[in-house]
Amino acid sequence: MADSGVVETLLQRIEKADDGVDSLNVAASLGVDHQVIVGAVKSLQALGDIISADLRSSKHWELTVEGSEIAEQGSHEARVFSSIPLEGLAQSELMKLSFGKIGFSKAMSNKWIRVDKTQEGGPRIFRAVENIEDQVREKLLQVQKGNFSQLDEKEKNELKKRKLLSEVGSWKEKKFKPYNFEAMGVAPDCGHLHPLMKVRTQFRQIFLEMGFTEMPTNNFIESSFWNFDSLFQPQQHPARDQHDTFFLSDPALAHEFPQDYLERVKKVHSEGGFGSQGYKYDWKIEEAQKNILRTHTTAVSARMLYKLAQQKFTPVKYFSIDRVFRNETLDATHLAEFHQIEGVVADYGLTLGDLMGILHQFFTKLGITKLRFKPAYNPYTEPSMEVFSYHEGLKKWVEVGNSGVFRPEMLLPMGLPEDVSVIAWGLSLERPTMIKYGINNIRELVGHKVNLQMVYDGPICRLDS
Amino acid sequence: MPTVGIKRDLLFKALGRTYTDEEFDELCFEFGLELDEITSEKEIVSREQGDTKASDASDVILYKIDVPANRYDLLCLEGLVRGLQVFKNKLEAPRYRRISPVNGDPQKLIITKETAAVRPFAVAAVLRNITFTQERYDSFIELQEKLHQNICRKRSLVAIGTHDLDTISGPFTYTAKPPGDISFKPLNQTKEYTATELMSLYKTDSHLRHYLHIIEDKPVYPIIYDSNGIVLSMPPIINGDHSKITLQTKNVFIECTATDLTKAKIVLDMMVTMFSEYCSQPFTVEEAEVPLLASHTLSSLFYVESTEKIAQLLTRMCLLSRATGVGDEIEVEIPPTRSDVIHACDIMEDAAIAYGFNNITRTTPRAYTVANQFPLNKLTELLRQDLAAAGFTEALNFALCSEEDIADKLGKKISETRAAHISNPKTAEFQVARTTLLPGLLKTIAANRKMPLPLKLFEVSDVVLKDETKDVGARNSRRFCAVYYNKSPGFEVIHGLLDRTMQLLEVKSARGEGYHIQAADDSTFFPGRCAEIIVRGKTVGRLGVLHPDVINRFELTMPCSAMEIDIEPFL
Repeated sequence: MADSGVVETLLQRIEKADDGVDSLNVAASLGVDHQVIVGAVKSLQALGDIISADLRSSKHWELTVEGSEIAEQGSHEARVFSSIPLEGLAQSELMKLSFGKIGFSKAMSNKWIRVDKTQEGGPRIFRAVENIEDQVREKLLQVQKGNFSQLDEKEKNELKKRKLLSEVGSWKEKKFKPYNFEAMGVAPDCGHLHPLMKVRTQFRQIFLEMGFTEMPTNNFIESSFWNFDSLFQPQQHPARDQHDTFFLSDPALAHEFPQDYLERVKKVHSEGGFGSQGYKYDWKIEEAQKNILRTHTTAVSARMLYKLAQQKFTPVKYFSIDRVFRNETLDATHLAEFHQIEGVVADYGLTLGDLMGILHQFFTKLGITKLRFKPAYNPYTEPSMEVFSYHEGLKKWVEVGNSGVFRPEMLLPMGLPEDVSVIAWGLSLERPTMIKYGINNIRELVGHKVNLQMVYDGPICRLDS
Repeated sequence: MPTVGIKRDLLFKALGRTYTDEEFDELCFEFGLELDEITSEKEIVSREQGDTKASDASDVILYKIDVPANRYDLLCLEGLVRGLQVFKNKLEAPRYRRISPVNGDPQKLIITKETAAVRPFAVAAVLRNITFTQERYDSFIELQEKLHQNICRKRSLVAIGTHDLDTISGPFTYTAKPPGDISFKPLNQTKEYTATELMSLYKTDSHLRHYLHIIEDKPVYPIIYDSNGIVLSMPPIINGDHSKITLQTKNVFIECTATDLTKAKIVLDMMVTMFSEYCSQPFTVEEAEVPLLASHTLSSLFYVESTEKIAQLLTRMCLLSRATGVGDEIEVEIPPTRSDVIHACDIMEDAAIAYGFNNITRTTPRAYTVANQFPLNKLTELLRQDLAAAGFTEALNFALCSEEDIADKLGKKISETRAAHISNPKTAEFQVARTTLLPGLLKTIAANRKMPLPLKLFEVSDVVLKDETKDVGARNSRRFCAVYYNKSPGFEVIHGLLDRTMQLLEVKSARGEGYHIQAADDSTFFPGRCAEIIVRGKTVGRLGVLHPDVINRFELTMPCSAMEIDIEPFL
């Protein structure tokens, strides 16, 4: 806060003056540093609509060395004029003078002199007028006296161009208030990407680096058939309950299905086949037709694997990162929708060792190297493994993902060759993001209750550092 | 994943040694279980109901163990201990046997055709000469409850009834009758009730009321009688008091009624195999199936030196196995406890668990594949970067919202939207899939009103629209939406962002082959302040100054301009 006495005096002066006061004059008359007045103006402005101030800049000019010489002795062209006697002067003689060359061309363009090239002994210069007025010198003399305002901008610029005048910042010699290097700079005016999307970009990058092709997951609404039945998830499975899954009332049912494939799925559920006893229950098309919001992106993997099975088999690596939906109870770490990251590899003779190896490579890119695997249960993978990593901060093993080998009851009805196995893994995008950005409540990250300050302040995302 | 609470000391006694918490956690991990929590009844009661209520509760240490959802055989102390002991080579895998009664014919349960209308299946078995203790009895009741909650799907698929066989006499009849015609004294009640009375009696019962809906609306209720007309149970609601089992019960009659026969058999197998341990002839109930399995699918998943080794591994998982000597063939006995085994791959998993997942050598798939991005996502990624560079901040909103958000609040009728509707939302927040990104961005502003102005937000994400040409009747549409919120409407700011976006997408400002905007009417926007965005002759979206009513309905106070376009035409 500026000195309140100065603030008051300044206000009084502004009140008295009709068209404002000049801060430099005020400083001079009060005998204080100009910066003190600037400080007073700033603190008044900070209070709101009390005073208005505009920034005025004043320029100072001084003569260059050449300019000073001219002010003293006259301009080059004037000196050329006065050097020429009535009988004229040989051009060669004139050029010997120090000011001859420049003065000659200027005097010519001023039409002060003329050249007679017919003279004996070379061209000769004669005066063309009787008197001249050396305006350049007079202007420079004005500047020398400090009367800048006598000259208009154009004249000043002309003299500047002739290197006779130079503009002088008056700040050159001034003393300034020292900068506070402890203070922060002004934040640049910019937009920001959302932290969760920044992490998504990195995961996409990792999959692309590993040669995985992105699956088209832009279909939130899925039929129970592709979401569950094709994955050999029985129709009475708790995940297919109203309590866990969002069902649709409109459009309530899916229609077209690949008919032969549907029959094979029905058979493997109700009677078995492909080496399986099946679940031995009455499989109903009505249940498979029910539209839902997909509960996992594996529904898309199923569509992709089915598509793959309709061509001559070539090994593939697929990935996706997209939204999935669960009609679950919400808490600080669970929402009704979240992003699932999924990787799938299909090839002849893949083994559990391959699954663990590729998971190791994947997690190494995330900066996680200590992994171990726990047997688990998943309806559509067998074996199933939960992936745990050692958390240095928590000093314990924490679950970081789920993985497994797709069941033959899922793959063989699709028409994939018998000796092809498909390994897959999945994890949520939100959890690593919350850990990365130190967020405890998922609502501060996802959804409209997002803390925009957190978005503004978020660092770039490097998962491995 | 079901959680089983087991008293630690009882568990250690049964396992024949003590473990530190860490050691036991490690054992669980290897076997595919998770030691979820170490607690006591006192701690649980204190947490849920406060310290005063907890003062009487037991402080015996409980292990809460998470069990895989398909392993019903690990839902009680008996099964868990058996599994772990065999796994640690402390016990040989039991072989379960079905026996006939020493004297007389087997018990009979006769199913009448009336049950078809309500609960058509039933299976039953007898455990003879069992010895209960308080702990065994508790565990027996607890297992029934666990099975009811999990595989039985809250008794809707299967309901279990257990009875003291010496208080009743067969043959038993499983039938169905109108509720008014059923009358008996239910478990732990002092007088008889009709079924109709029972249904209203249990309306307020914190436990039983959850099962009433299973039969409530049926014309007839399932009921089991003995040969003297004594009611054993009215499944899936309650047993009769007469035949209840006690610590003194010697012979237990177990019935399972069901709407799914396969599940009923699994549940009955589970009950009898778990508790046959306490019969005078342990593990006598039912003989195992013996499917013969070829091993080529087995060894392909991980490397094991020999077929004999695989057989040893499987035996450690309670799957009695031996190499037949014919090629790589292994003969595996699947006990009735392992209803989860339906394919060779299930057996393979057990071999891998016994081998130890973490002992398998890690390898890498060798296939050479070239990565490709999904073109729509590639466009989205690139666009987002440059929209942020244009000074707008990215928001991320839910794909689900209320009908109000996409209709009333925007000054539209829900019938005008092409929204997909959810049939079972728990709250209004999940009634529909969004058809526009705008409400989410406005809600984001409302939740961030404390932030300095202007607020410039954008989102590039999917909305869902009904579309009859798709197999599921709906499709996603990738949208780009941006809003500008400040003291003045800032139409020029949003318009400028549109121009910049078109520049990024290499669309020139021109009618015909380029883009232009033209005045449009839209109830979401202020009259005269809305324009359609037309690209190569087709409307791709709108921009304008929002109608003050719309702004108010989203609890905002300042003017706001917005644009939303479909980005798929730019692919």
